[in-house]
Amino acid sequence: MSNDSYVTEDGRTIGPTVMEMKNITLRFGGVKAITDISFDIREGEIRAIIGPNGAGKSSMLNVISGFYVPQEGEVWYKGAKRPPMKPYQVAEQGIARTFQNIALFEGMTVLDNVMTGRLRQMKANMFEQAIWKGKAEREEVENREKVERIIDFLEIQAIRKTPVGRLPYGLKKRVELARALAAEPSILLLDEPMAGMNVEEKEDMSRFILDMNDEFGTTIALIEHDMGVVMDLSDRVVVMDYGKKIGDGTPDEVRNNQDVIDAYLGVAHD
Amino acid sequence: MPEQLVFAMEVFTNGLMSGVLYALVALGFVLIYKASGIFNFAQGVMALFAAMTLVGIQNGQVPFAHLINAIFGTHVHTFGWNISSAFALILTVGVMILLAWAVQRFVFRHLVGQEPIILFMATIGLAYFLEGFADLMWNSEIKTLTFCLPGELCLPQGMNLAIDDAAYNAWGVGFFIDNLDITATLVAIVLVIALVAFSQYTKQGRAMRAVADDHQAALSVGISLNFIWVLVWSLAGFVALVAGIMWGAKSGVQFSLSLIALKALPVLMLGGFTSIPGAIVGGLIIGVGEKMFEYCFGIGQCFGGVINLGGATENWFAYVLALVFLVFRPQGLFGEKIIERV
Repeated sequence: MSNDSYVTEDGRTIGPTVMEMKNITLRFGGVKAITDISFDIREGEIRAIIGPNGAGKSSMLNVISGFYVPQEGEVWYKGAKRPPMKPYQVAEQGIARTFQNIALFEGMTVLDNVMTGRLRQMKANMFEQAIWKGKAEREEVENREKVERIIDFLEIQAIRKTPVGRLPYGLKKRVELARALAAEPSILLLDEPMAGMNVEEKEDMSRFILDMNDEFGTTIALIEHDMGVVMDLSDRVVVMDYGKKIGDGTPDEVRNNQDVIDAYLGVAHD
Repeated sequence: MPEQLVFAMEVFTNGLMSGVLYALVALGFVLIYKASGIFNFAQGVMALFAAMTLVGIQNGQVPFAHLINAIFGTHVHTFGWNISSAFALILTVGVMILLAWAVQRFVFRHLVGQEPIILFMATIGLAYFLEGFADLMWNSEIKTLTFCLPGELCLPQGMNLAIDDAAYNAWGVGFFIDNLDITATLVAIVLVIALVAFSQYTKQGRAMRAVADDHQAALSVGISLNFIWVLVWSLAGFVALVAGIMWGAKSGVQFSLSLIALKALPVLMLGGFTSIPGAIVGGLIIGVGEKMFEYCFGIGQCFGGVINLGGATENWFAYVLALVFLVFRPQGLFGEKIIERV
């Protein structure tokens, strides 16, 4: 836990710790998915969790977003210990996420999908909303402006009114990102944002992630198993292998960590 | 104007009006199906239960009177008061919300993620349970429903004399429309506009559509699935109440009320299970279709009576039409086309 801030080489300010995982252990029956892992996420940074397949990265993300409840350990968020919560309650607290295998509302348009990201910000009561007067009207206009800005930002204006079910994979990923971003989250969790993308799409996605962090100051925690991309993007990296933490630090530190090299390249057991 | 044509128009109008009543029932199905993928077989019984509760509260009946008397040897039957329709309506809405909560809490919360067929079976069980429960609570006598809002605004019974007179003046023949049918149409129009406004423009409506589409995604944007499901069952309960009032005023509050659900099935196949406008159009087509078919071919009034099936076609026409639709357009007229990319 650190309360100080510092400025990075490229001029971004990294603030104090916003989330801290303390000694998290997650079991599925007899299988330990995560063993005693601790790390923190600081305000304004891009924090990556990497590791080979089956290392427990997605489980970790699911713990943060409330889809899994760990058997041991504590989650500290904004300086307070978080009690066990349902995923929707975690979302209400300002933690948004995307999914590895995309979870969008396929029957709704892109615009409607992104608008659902702002449900948390709508406060007018049901009656006002139904007759479209007073607070509801102001709110909707306000929310639409924010959403349009995000749609512009992610360059999906052309497909605003298209039902999501018709879009290709790469665009769906972008819409999902837009919906998460629309919630103006304190922490944005990205589960393998570049999985299944070609080089060009990966470059686009990297650019969006960097710009998002830069322009909106969004704190981002992301999971990837493609090491190359992650090293260029992130400020700090947690490395997991077989459910354990084997490295934590800046990309350079991690790159030179012998355990990490072994995990990725394999090591001779003799 | 020839008498024959006026009669045909009368049949047509009556068809439209009964179509509205079918649509009212179908609406309840669509609401639950859209938001939870459950085909709620109990919708008809919910209408019966709602109507019985309304009448029971209005007449000051003691709930579970027979049960209480059997256990304690007492002879209580009524509280001996009469409650105004408006107040009884509010109480009944409360009961339907409670029912929605109970259904969600005790049945469907334990069945999350199960196969659709299992959810469907659960609603059949629910239908039988609710039927018995309603009888136990309010006894099984046939009741008449009179519904009056403050200011002597009662649900009408009988023919509309105004239209009758106007028709006499215009065409020199009578034109019969049930006053209740006109009221039902107006109420249905208001209800549909309210429902569409709710699902398109409110936060809860948007959340409802989101839940219908993808549970995981809905959770990740901060929607409580439980809350939405209770909300949807409450809405369906409210629609059931409206349908129960209209049908109850038409033909008495009795067991056969629950069978109107069967007539809603062909309506849904025509309109599509996921479309609110579809339920309305489907209801109208079935309503008009069965009346006109009966008129033309059932009793042989068209084409010089070439085809005369001898009547009673109303019993099967809707189902045959639904079968034809199942073959040629399984998603219905307005149902969502399933888009799948390979």
